Amino acid sequence: MERRTPRGLGGRNTNEATGRMAPESGWIEGRHERDTLVFSIGGAWNMHALARLLREVRAAIPSRATLGGRTRARIDLANVSVLDSSGAWLVADTKRRLDALGLKTEIVVGRAADRALLDRVDKALTRIGVLSKPARARPILAALGNIGRIVVEAGQKGHELLSFFGLSVILIARAFAKPWRIQMKATFKHIETTGLNALPIVGLLNFLIGMVVAFMGAVQLKKFGAEIFTVNLVGVAVLRELGVLITAILIAGRSGSAFTAQIGTMKVNQEIDAMQTIGLNPVEVLVLPRILAMMITLPLLTFYADMMGLAGGALMATLSLEISLDAFLRQLHDAVDLSTFLIGILKAPFCAYIIALVGCFEGMQVAGSAESVGTRTTMAVVEAIFLVIVFDALVAIGLSILGI
Amino acid sequence: MSTNGTENIIEVRGLVNQFGKQRVHDSLDLDVHRGEVLGVVGGSGTGKSVLLRTIIGLNRPREGRITVLGIDARKTGRESEELLRRWGVLFQDGALFSSLTVAENIAVPIKEHTDLPGDVIQEICYLKIGLVGLPSDAGPKYPSQLSGGMRKRAGLARALALDPDILFLDEPTAGLDPIGAADFDMLIRDLQQSLGLTVFMVTHDLDSLVSITDRIAVLIDKKCKVGTIHELLQDQHPWIKEYFHGPRGRAAQKE
Repeated sequence: MERRTPRGLGGRNTNEATGRMAPESGWIEGRHERDTLVFSIGGAWNMHALARLLREVRAAIPSRATLGGRTRARIDLANVSVLDSSGAWLVADTKRRLDALGLKTEIVVGRAADRALLDRVDKALTRIGVLSKPARARPILAALGNIGRIVVEAGQKGHELLSFFGLSVILIARAFAKPWRIQMKATFKHIETTGLNALPIVGLLNFLIGMVVAFMGAVQLKKFGAEIFTVNLVGVAVLRELGVLITAILIAGRSGSAFTAQIGTMKVNQEIDAMQTIGLNPVEVLVLPRILAMMITLPLLTFYADMMGLAGGALMATLSLEISLDAFLRQLHDAVDLSTFLIGILKAPFCAYIIALVGCFEGMQVAGSAESVGTRTTMAVVEAIFLVIVFDALVAIGLSILGI
Repeated sequence: MSTNGTENIIEVRGLVNQFGKQRVHDSLDLDVHRGEVLGVVGGSGTGKSVLLRTIIGLNRPREGRITVLGIDARKTGRESEELLRRWGVLFQDGALFSSLTVAENIAVPIKEHTDLPGDVIQEICYLKIGLVGLPSDAGPKYPSQLSGGMRKRAGLARALALDPDILFLDEPTAGLDPIGAADFDMLIRDLQQSLGLTVFMVTHDLDSLVSITDRIAVLIDKKCKVGTIHELLQDQHPWIKEYFHGPRGRAAQKE
């Protein structure tokens, strides 16, 4: 096969930096020949000079008013020394603009290679088609459209999450019927990572929250000389709401996100597909142990968090209110009863279910690239925290209606 | 062939690459002529990709001199920036930026190195998309929405964004089906001729070697042996014999 000589003199040409012979830079020159508008172009028509050439060419193209009855145009490439695809694009673009003015435009080429390149570029441009101009922005319509899209998407997601919930319930029921099928090893591993390893951070945060509540209450109640009721405030707030809520939010950020990332990565690596071909049910193998582990862990963590919160409150009370530990415990005994504690701790397994379910659900939704793992993880945390707080609020409303 | 006035667009002299105690290249010399398609082959671990990465400056050699377009490739500053404009690299799986659409990917080098108006950049991007044989609706798609072959074409379009002189390809046909691979070979050949490119191609694909390369560089014994396929067929080195006369080699030559 015969090989064309390489295009132009590119190598000897374009290097100003090394002080080699610089190429003749690209130029365009317009003139008239009777009814014909002639553009002679020459020099290096390449990407390097494109920005400048573009301005010069656009300035050289006449408007309809200055056309003056000419009906033809010619673009003469005889003097071109270097032509690359962006240069060829500019030639094609110029022809298009001249055609649009109603001129019959022809292109005269010196070298066969340039003709071939122009044809190729023309072909590519035709294949792509004339670029459709982006639709004019209509901000109000776009905003309405966005709102609609978000609502529909939220509805779809709710629907999918609900069916995933149904699936998990069926699988849990089946697991209790055949308990030996539960992956004990994986379950214990998740109990360790979501529970045991979270003890320091959960303890510290709840201790601090207990202190803050005690301090705030003390400042307000002191005005009425009712400092002792700080103990009631700490007791009820921590046991009933804050212990479980703080812990659940923390675990959603810490372990719910981890669930999504783990399962999502497996999805990207096609591990989930591999499981299915082997005959393993990915939901049973991956999701069930995580849900079980979370439902075991979160109530235990909540109890621990309650104790740490009360300890923080007690410390603050002894330090700033001069309520002795003895008095604190006596007052606490009067202030809270078993139901207060139970309301808090019984919310924990439900929160655990929500967090694990959302985390695993988003993990299973990962598709395509590693980037999707990141987006889904963010979504999992936001949705889990949102649902936990909504659940907590619903319980609070329900209990107040019941008068408990 | 190298004496009749061909210009060396890449010159590698006395290259030494060493990782830990393992010496990959030992005073390796290589010339790439302007306007040719050079295929680089070699067994696994012979440092084909290392050679490519060294030439494009992603790997610092222990010793040796590399000149690309007359510029010392190890220099930094304005000259090396000039080099970046004048070569394009297609990595194995395209290495497209996953957070950008195909059109935006192609626009990245153009935006970085020129000051063209946005609509012109857009149009040039779509021209490149057309040149590599992608449909125009691939432009607004994200890399994850494309098939492997389309990702390679998109990567090629990005490599060609600045109309480079040299195109580096790292296993361009790996992972493509035979028809897709043959198409891609023809595309490279076609673009090489119409755009006047010099192509440096690391490959394992014997069909590509036979159908589109002008010369082949075999990495062997830490050095490099260059020749046309006919010259290499006469070579007596056991690895080269095995490579070109094995069943796959014979099958590729039959065509």
